[in-house]
Amino acid sequence: MRLTLPAFFGRLAFSALAALLGAAFALPLVWFLFAPFNARAELGLAIPAPWTLQNFVTVFGNSYAVQALGNSLIQAVGGVVLIGAAATLAAYALSRSAIPGKGAVTYVLLLFSSVVSGSAAMVPIFLIVSAAGLMDTHLAVILTFAGGLLPTAMFILRDFIDSIPKSYEESAMVAGASPVQAFFDVALPVIRPGIVVVVVWGFVNIWGSFLIPFILLRSDKYMPASVAIYSFYSEAGTPIVTLLAAYSLIYSLPVIVLYLFVSWKFGFRFFGGIKA
Amino acid sequence: MTADPLAGPPRRRRNFALLSARAGAAFLTPAGLLVAVFVIVPFFWVIFVSFTNRTLLGRTALNPEFVGLANYLTLFDPATFFQRGQFGFSLILTTQFVVASALIGQALLGLLLAWLMQTVPAWLKRITETFVIAAWILPEVVIGFAWFAFLDRDAGTLNMLLTGLGLPAGDFLLQQPFWVIVVFNTWRGAAFSMMLFNSAFSSIPPSYFQAADVAGASSWQKFKDIGLPLIRGHIVTDLILITMWTFNTFTPFLLTNGGPSYRTELVSIYNYRVAFQDFQFGKGAAVGVVMMLINLAFALVYLSLGRRKKGR
Repeated sequence: MRLTLPAFFGRLAFSALAALLGAAFALPLVWFLFAPFNARAELGLAIPAPWTLQNFVTVFGNSYAVQALGNSLIQAVGGVVLIGAAATLAAYALSRSAIPGKGAVTYVLLLFSSVVSGSAAMVPIFLIVSAAGLMDTHLAVILTFAGGLLPTAMFILRDFIDSIPKSYEESAMVAGASPVQAFFDVALPVIRPGIVVVVVWGFVNIWGSFLIPFILLRSDKYMPASVAIYSFYSEAGTPIVTLLAAYSLIYSLPVIVLYLFVSWKFGFRFFGGIKA
Repeated sequence: MTADPLAGPPRRRRNFALLSARAGAAFLTPAGLLVAVFVIVPFFWVIFVSFTNRTLLGRTALNPEFVGLANYLTLFDPATFFQRGQFGFSLILTTQFVVASALIGQALLGLLLAWLMQTVPAWLKRITETFVIAAWILPEVVIGFAWFAFLDRDAGTLNMLLTGLGLPAGDFLLQQPFWVIVVFNTWRGAAFSMMLFNSAFSSIPPSYFQAADVAGASSWQKFKDIGLPLIRGHIVTDLILITMWTFNTFTPFLLTNGGPSYRTELVSIYNYRVAFQDFQFGKGAAVGVVMMLINLAFALVYLSLGRRKKGR
């Protein structure tokens, strides 16, 4: 393809602008590439000399920090197990069953899920959890997220199931399978990629969230990493930068890994397009 | 996850649905219960609590009294409405925040990025997209801390850069807190708009652009006359979604705590302060109701658009 001179400079300008924007997006994160590996890290940008893993050793030696990562894991895994199971069953019913008023149910759920956001509903969520006697437990966080993320998870999965031909299950049933057998043995394996997407999406959402555990939990024993990170402050209230930087990196790692996994497996099309 | 007692053998079923209504209902039950308790009940409970003087501690924590519209009258009291740290101030601040950081910042930047990504070399596209998406997927506390370091008055990367360029350094979190959270939220959320517009642009048949190339159209003309008109529907969707998310976001709290002196106190943060720092649940619930009504307005517009699209 031949390029005229103005077109060439146009391309060049486009590339320069894209590079500039990319750099602007990278800038606030550059510090994170260095500080975790610098034993004397401060808020300023500095190349570590020497590079060291000392900060990570300190983090892993801090039992509270390690426990908090474990708590994040418990809450995120607990949440996505519930979301994955309940959303799959519900989405399958919405797609394949003859329940009257399916459309209306879907519409109402979609409406409620966008109206009742965490920051608008923090008072009633606090009161419900408190009334149920679940305050300051893992279960409080798990159930709140499961309820809050389920509507979106159901819609993602329902669309996915709608796109699968019914003839799969129909042929199983012609061969004598019950509808429930057809679901578990025929449909479920086909739906699996959709479930993976929903589970990853739910995990990233719960793992990264701050507000809900912040208001529902009190004791150190249950604090997830997102809230516990605020304990890496000195008595005077200044951050202990070395620990914070290393801990932030460890805490971000699962999200990065999952992102890479999903974009490798499915191409990062629209996963996570809808955040809670 | 109980397998409903088989919902009648297949041969008796008259319609073409694969699951009987009974099995379907059983499948829907777990999700239905969770959503009912944690989404639908809170919606009605918050309305109820907003008419009481419930507090977190003290006598009215256990025995709240019905106070009618008192909480709403306090929120909308004309004498204090616009004062700093009051509801009206927070509401106006949030509106400005949504307009500046979502409708202008995220949407325009996302559109620009998506358009640039159509023409730049693949390696540059990949690198740029990686950073834009990283800003969006990393956990909010990490992002908050990264920006705290980035903006540090003495050593932060931004001031280092400004000084290097011969520009005056500043303590932006103190001097320009509002514009800090605007830029912050633009940076944080532009990825969504970029990806949405990216997939919208790539759904346009390439022949349209090739024809324009043959006719000697400039990139701006192609954008204005082909790209933009054909993705109008996506733009509307994008604007509504990012408006709702930005309106409800709590993330700036992690950077500014709502301060200094309430200058970044968005309604979500105001709601938190009233309910969990001042312990006034009744008043906090009233804030929640107003927020939900605003969400409802946007959600209805959004859903009606979706329905129209399906009807076509």
